[in-house]
Amino acid sequence: MLNQSLSPKRKRYEMLMKGLMLVSVGLTAALVLFLLIYVLSQGIPNITWELLSTKPSYLTEKIGILPDILNTIYIVLATLVIVLPLGVGAAIYLTEYASNKKIVALIEYAAETLSGIPSIIYGLVGMLLFSNSMGTCLMAGALTLVIMNLPTIMRTTQESLKTVPQSYREGAFGLGAGKWRVVRTVVLPGCVDGVITGCILSVGRILGESAALLFTAGFAHAVNGLIAGLTAPGATLTVALYVYAKEQGEFGVAFAIAAILMVLTVIINFAATLVQKHFAKRRSI
Amino acid sequence: MKTRKNSKKVNHAIQDIKWETEYKHQQKKRNRTQTMENIIHGIFLLLGLITVGCVLLITVYLVISGIPAIKEIGIADFLFGKEWASTAAQPEYGILPFILTSIYGTAGAIVIGVPIGFMTAVYLSKMASPKVKSAMQTAVSLLAGIPSVVYGLVGMLVLVPGIRKIFNVPDGASLLAAIIVLAIMILPSIIKMSVTALDAVPKEYEDASLALGATPVETYFKVSVPAAKSGIAAAVVLGVGRAIGEAMAVMMVAGNVPNMPDSLFQSVRFLTTAVSSEMSYSSGLQRQALFSIALVLFLFIMLINVTLNFFLKREKE
Amino acid sequence: MSNIITVKDMNLWYGDHQALKNINIEIPEKSITALIGPSGCGKSTFLKTLNRMNDLVPSVKITGDIRYNDTDIFSKEVDVNSLRKEIGMVFQKPNPFPMSIYDNVAYGPRTHGITNKAQLDEIVESALRDAAIWDEVKDRLKKNALGMSGGQQQRLCIARALAVQPKILLMDEPTSALDPISTSRIEELAMELKEKYTIVMVTHNMQQAVRVSDYTAFFLLGELVEFGKTDDIFSQPKDKRTEDYITGRFG
Repeated sequence: MLNQSLSPKRKRYEMLMKGLMLVSVGLTAALVLFLLIYVLSQGIPNITWELLSTKPSYLTEKIGILPDILNTIYIVLATLVIVLPLGVGAAIYLTEYASNKKIVALIEYAAETLSGIPSIIYGLVGMLLFSNSMGTCLMAGALTLVIMNLPTIMRTTQESLKTVPQSYREGAFGLGAGKWRVVRTVVLPGCVDGVITGCILSVGRILGESAALLFTAGFAHAVNGLIAGLTAPGATLTVALYVYAKEQGEFGVAFAIAAILMVLTVIINFAATLVQKHFAKRRSI
Repeated sequence: MKTRKNSKKVNHAIQDIKWETEYKHQQKKRNRTQTMENIIHGIFLLLGLITVGCVLLITVYLVISGIPAIKEIGIADFLFGKEWASTAAQPEYGILPFILTSIYGTAGAIVIGVPIGFMTAVYLSKMASPKVKSAMQTAVSLLAGIPSVVYGLVGMLVLVPGIRKIFNVPDGASLLAAIIVLAIMILPSIIKMSVTALDAVPKEYEDASLALGATPVETYFKVSVPAAKSGIAAAVVLGVGRAIGEAMAVMMVAGNVPNMPDSLFQSVRFLTTAVSSEMSYSSGLQRQALFSIALVLFLFIMLINVTLNFFLKREKE
Repeated sequence: MSNIITVKDMNLWYGDHQALKNINIEIPEKSITALIGPSGCGKSTFLKTLNRMNDLVPSVKITGDIRYNDTDIFSKEVDVNSLRKEIGMVFQKPNPFPMSIYDNVAYGPRTHGITNKAQLDEIVESALRDAAIWDEVKDRLKKNALGMSGGQQQRLCIARALAVQPKILLMDEPTSALDPISTSRIEELAMELKEKYTIVMVTHNMQQAVRVSDYTAFFLLGELVEFGKTDDIFSQPKDKRTEDYITGRFG
């Protein structure tokens, strides 16, 4: 009786499900490999020092992406500088100060709502809120990105604050320290890992963002310093890719930018896992 | 004797006064710290409420700027009008083609993306060796991190010509191309969230099923998956949100003509791309109508958010 | 009375650690055999070897011979799923599936290919009756099983195991998570079930072994120290270690 193997029907089910799973995993893996190899192989040959170090010129009819690289760096810096205090502050409020459960629920619900809003809507609202008053410029784009990345910074900081042992806080309070002193000396140092993880994730998101920037930061390619850059319109790498591919048909340049973005994405993914592993290890000690 | 007594009294009195001033000083200091603490508490409360403020701001702005055009065009003509010709001499502002395209496009992406993502998730969560699992999770994170314009670019140069050749149609930039790109773009969300839900299924359920003589594969699909169904449903809803909100990649592969989505090979325009394709040169009623489209899109997203929260809450329970 | 399971020279390793050493035991049919011993002694590991649930542990290695009705359960011809159908199991913590009561009980038969509604109804009812829980649940078969009390959940798990008509029921400390009243109901149930089934029960509680079992096996540090009629083991243990354990000197 024991040697009777699975009925044909069960065997078929088993084979079918296993087959479907393997095909799906294979497809997903093949897709990632294809995208990586295709974009890199099309893009890397087009990356030259000249491309990286010049700006586009109508006279020589050559394209350079230096302004786009600079704009990307400026917008990342500006966004992080503004979003960090806001996001970390909001997280500290939620974990350390808030006593009213309804307010906590409201704030968390709002954060979830924000992370569900598509970037095109951010772009539109950013245009109405910022670009209409301060003009189309990198700063308007950065402010739009601040709203988009607020939930990310908030969430990662909150998660790391939850791992600060309650006994630390009690210890500090026991010594007669005031709330703010405890927050400053015990809580803030404990959220460094969350802040770093949040920054990495945000940088990734900013690098990939295009729809929210098109109407807020514009798509000019001028080389500027930081301050002048923030007050002038400018395209980030991602926006430049879109413009070159869709509007100008410059696929070589588009692929070069795509390859750069791809490499950056890989690096950011690695950094995020590395940081998370590092802090998880430190925490378990 | 007397003087000494007196001097003692005086000393006591002086001491008392000293204590009192000291006490008052302390109290003052305490009051000051208290005020400080209250101010700081207030600052943090404000920071906490920023997200709420942002949501309100976005909602209010979209409603205020979205309503006028709807009023002028008429809600029925706007939502159910089949023709969009914003720059014609006799402009038409019917967004039914965009709404239907967004719905069809999202549905198509779900039909293709969900089965692949779901099956991959079950394999990764239950059957894959730790090495394969971690390698694939890295790959999936990478897929999630690729900017949408890169998907759009590859779609433009691989998918669009491919569709033109395979199906022998004049232009490959079509609903089908958008559906395929969207299906790929929602894969990571679906896989990640389903894996999390499946990983959280208690091992006891699986043991019980195996002990009844079910095979591992039967166990995964008949016990683990139903036990994780709220989480998987949330993953699908999240995918819907991603697909309906995607603009740039779709802009690059869908052809961007405001046709009714009558066939998979039709060149079409989504709600998102309707906003972005005309925004840079629009004015007047046309511009206002674009805001109204954004409002419609926003309402769709809010509906999806509510559904998502419903499933996430159930998953927690 | 014949023996339904015969174990000869069985050894089991988890990686480098030998968890069971040279086990020899013959388990008689239609009786209750209790496995007792201090925690970590290998009694649960032994129980899980009988329906090959240990196969799922990656680094496990088993040598020796285990026969169920003269069939070597590790032989290549044996289908592990059919083996588990014959040898059912009830776990320490009640673990009903998060589905309706009916679907829980019907899960096994459905898995093994029964789709006829009337037939399923009949199996579900008789399994629930056998597990002495029919009267409590017959009006709410469509309700989620997780809404029941712990004791009811455990009896449902027994019904679920009975629904595939096993010959043996392995019980891994089935009452350790339950209150005294639920415990005594499960004990009574076990004593009724041995009319039809062979029961092997791991227990932490020596009074329980005395109350319900016909045979007792005492495990210590991976070895089977003594095995015999429960009355004999508890009244005149042959081994000094058994005596020390049952008189409460350790464990």
